[in-house]
Amino acid sequence: MTTLSRRALLSGSGALIVSVSLRSQAQTLPPAPPDTAILPGSLQQAPYLDAWIRIDGSGAITVFTGKAELGQGIKTALLQIAAEELSVRVDHPRLVTADTALTANEGYTAGSHSLQDSGTAIRFAAAQVRQVLLNEAATIFQQPAGQLHLDDGAVVAPDGRRLNYGALVPPGILHVVAQPETQLKAPGAYTVVSTNVPRVDIPAKATGGQAFVQDMRLPGMLHARVVRPPHPGARLAALDTSAVAVMPGVTQVVQDGSFVAVVARQEFQAIKAMRALEAGARWQAAAGTLPPQADIFAHLASLPAQDISVLNRGTPPSGTAKMLSARYTRPYQMHGSIGPSCAVAQLRDGMMTIWTHSQGVYPDRAAIAELLNMPPAQVHCIHVEGSGCYGHNGADDAAADAALIARAMPGQPVRLQWMREQENGWEPLGPAMVSQVHASLDGHGHIVDWNYAVWSNTHSTRPGNAGSLLAGRLLAQPFEPPSPRPIPLPEGGGDRNSIPGYDLPSARVVYHFIPQMPLRVSAMRALGGYMNVFSIESFMDELASAAGADPVAFRLAHLDDDRAKAVVKRAAEGFGWGAKPPAGHGYGFGFARYKNLAAYCAVAAELAVEHETGRTRLVRAVAAVDAGQVVNPDGLRNQVEGAILQSTSWTLYESATFDASGVTSLDWASYPIMRFDAVPDSVEVHVIDRPGMPFLGAGECGQGPAAAAVANAVAHATGQRLRDLPLTRQKVKAAIGI
Amino acid sequence: MILNVNGQEHDIDVDPDTPLLYALRGELGLNGAKYGCGLGQCGACTVLVDGRAAFSCVTPVMALAGKQIVTLESLGSADNPGPLQHAFIQEQAAQCGYCTAGMIMRAEALLRRNNQPSEAEIRAAMQPNLCRCGTQVRILRAVGRAAAVIRTAAEAHG
Repeated sequence: MTTLSRRALLSGSGALIVSVSLRSQAQTLPPAPPDTAILPGSLQQAPYLDAWIRIDGSGAITVFTGKAELGQGIKTALLQIAAEELSVRVDHPRLVTADTALTANEGYTAGSHSLQDSGTAIRFAAAQVRQVLLNEAATIFQQPAGQLHLDDGAVVAPDGRRLNYGALVPPGILHVVAQPETQLKAPGAYTVVSTNVPRVDIPAKATGGQAFVQDMRLPGMLHARVVRPPHPGARLAALDTSAVAVMPGVTQVVQDGSFVAVVARQEFQAIKAMRALEAGARWQAAAGTLPPQADIFAHLASLPAQDISVLNRGTPPSGTAKMLSARYTRPYQMHGSIGPSCAVAQLRDGMMTIWTHSQGVYPDRAAIAELLNMPPAQVHCIHVEGSGCYGHNGADDAAADAALIARAMPGQPVRLQWMREQENGWEPLGPAMVSQVHASLDGHGHIVDWNYAVWSNTHSTRPGNAGSLLAGRLLAQPFEPPSPRPIPLPEGGGDRNSIPGYDLPSARVVYHFIPQMPLRVSAMRALGGYMNVFSIESFMDELASAAGADPVAFRLAHLDDDRAKAVVKRAAEGFGWGAKPPAGHGYGFGFARYKNLAAYCAVAAELAVEHETGRTRLVRAVAAVDAGQVVNPDGLRNQVEGAILQSTSWTLYESATFDASGVTSLDWASYPIMRFDAVPDSVEVHVIDRPGMPFLGAGECGQGPAAAAVANAVAHATGQRLRDLPLTRQKVKAAIGI
Repeated sequence: MILNVNGQEHDIDVDPDTPLLYALRGELGLNGAKYGCGLGQCGACTVLVDGRAAFSCVTPVMALAGKQIVTLESLGSADNPGPLQHAFIQEQAAQCGYCTAGMIMRAEALLRRNNQPSEAEIRAAMQPNLCRCGTQVRILRAVGRAAAVIRTAAEAHG
């Protein structure tokens, strides 16, 4: 093994010293609880090596992660990391993902944290397991560990003798707390990490294998559908089940307060019975209290807010050359999973097992246990892939629904899937937001003062307790939703990415957190980062224009972080920034470091505007991303490409509609998203690898920069600045005055 | 009633108004066609009926007597994928993959009638199908790649 850095050398020698000193202390002092706070990644929460890596007597390796595959490719990336440090082929280890009976509690698979938390834990745990294997073999071979090497699942001595890993793992040897220092493999020696290992999950998805929770078929499994109230707040007054009782295949109606479900042998029988139950239900409507959709932003601003000072730096200079201000808005938007939420549940021998595409099996278990009034130890949540969620969609609620239904029919496995209108009507939306910014330029076109305010509801109403589940609010004895709280920085919620990544000597940022939620909202990919980066990066272009500067040059003049500059330059070069666009086309640029602490991403966009209709199309996009040490370059590109297309869809088309009672955009006609005619000709993602640097979460890093690049390209193409999302063709047409 | 699925006749015990989707998934245990909207708006449920792409979520089985139904499963397997399946794997044209089966079947319908589609023809054919993860650029590449493979194979067979 070669060690490249001084840090790696130091950490290598450090490991020896620490283990010796611990051993000598142990003779005189009682064992102290391990200080896990200094361990990297999720080793802090689960410090034992065998929480992450197990090796059986045959040499079979199992890797455990508390994170879930959401379509982001995490299974493949984590296997690469483990295989690399353990010097085995990538198809050697088996991977177990989020399961409350088997894996560490890593909270939610969210916030672009999987590689940072779980990837880091697995990397360090695997490297320490590697050291354990070497030390064991050293004893057997009577050779110094430093003279041994690992090769495809065996430790090899200089004379060629080989010991399979299975021969080196007596029981309990990996049930040890991770050491604070780890001898990591040097990035220069990588053969698996930093290569384009094909995703392990795609072949089944492309050939009809069982790939999703929707595809599960347990023996004797029945199909369920829920009947939802006509809108939030309505209570069930009466339920006529006579029509349903005689329908073929129907086995059960489950009712508790306003929670209504029906179970049948065949799935379509359940759907027909659901429709019949809908017809037989009489609801006591709650008075519609939502404001007209056009007034939502004024309404939000009128609600009581908690004002949080996010940044207060420097003092405004006197005598500035130019002052600009702008206000931006973002409507409620949907996660819009292609597959409506689904879960399978079974109550057997007092144990409730739920197969769910929840992003957080442990928090969901806590919430469902409370809902069912069962001890958490008797509720077992197993993650099985679902349709992409992009945040807190209906997954947790569907899991709770399935559990309530399964409880009513012990022994019986039940599969529940929501209907499209239920997903759209009841999923927690991405919150509506308002931002207001004013800034000043000096005579040299430099920003000398910056003031930014953002208004938003919370960006997380995720479970953890029963009141955060839809079903919890519908029961005869309902659970109260918990009080919404802001997510503190540095991650942030509504204020995520509200601090510009630019060098601004005088800057103030205020987050007006609005507890009261007119519509149910929660986490949607990038949280407030989408809106804040859209706002900040739109305004950077407005400032650049006022300063008479090129947008990219203006950004570079205000950046002092070399990695930030590098992605901006790479995207601009790759795009051919500086050229003149074809007639009717515009160029736009956007940049941010996600959460100001994760991946750096810059996007340049070319957008065409059809003058007669206002219709826009992203023609091409070029992005550059720095996510630290890259595990799977193609996986990273896939994520950023997807982020660009999804964010473009949000930015150009998407706005959930509602009337006084609730959401009305219940299908893809009323909530249009990007279709193939609007897909760009090309999307190019340049990856800047940083060998040996920490993993920086990248799954959400493109949402904000892509939105800004698109908006800036609309402005460039039309000469008109649009500040209210989405930038629909009607708005574009009105702006260009045709 | 009798349904001909992937070249085999199946006697299926469902109500005649049952959409094909539920017969395929529930009665035949096929995973490919997916429930997405039940409205023919997203294409996750796409299969072939007599060689043409159809939304299985809105096609009742009573309309399918004597028709040839083809699903994703008949195109190949994980060990031996068909040209489109192989192309989707090679291009890594998926993220969550929930739309993948419908995408492949929509493309299969196109390539059966036109193995030299232009990019514009591919886009037009794929228009009914939605992908929420944003993998469409890869999907277009995969369809183009599969078309080239199928074309080459057809030419080799003269």
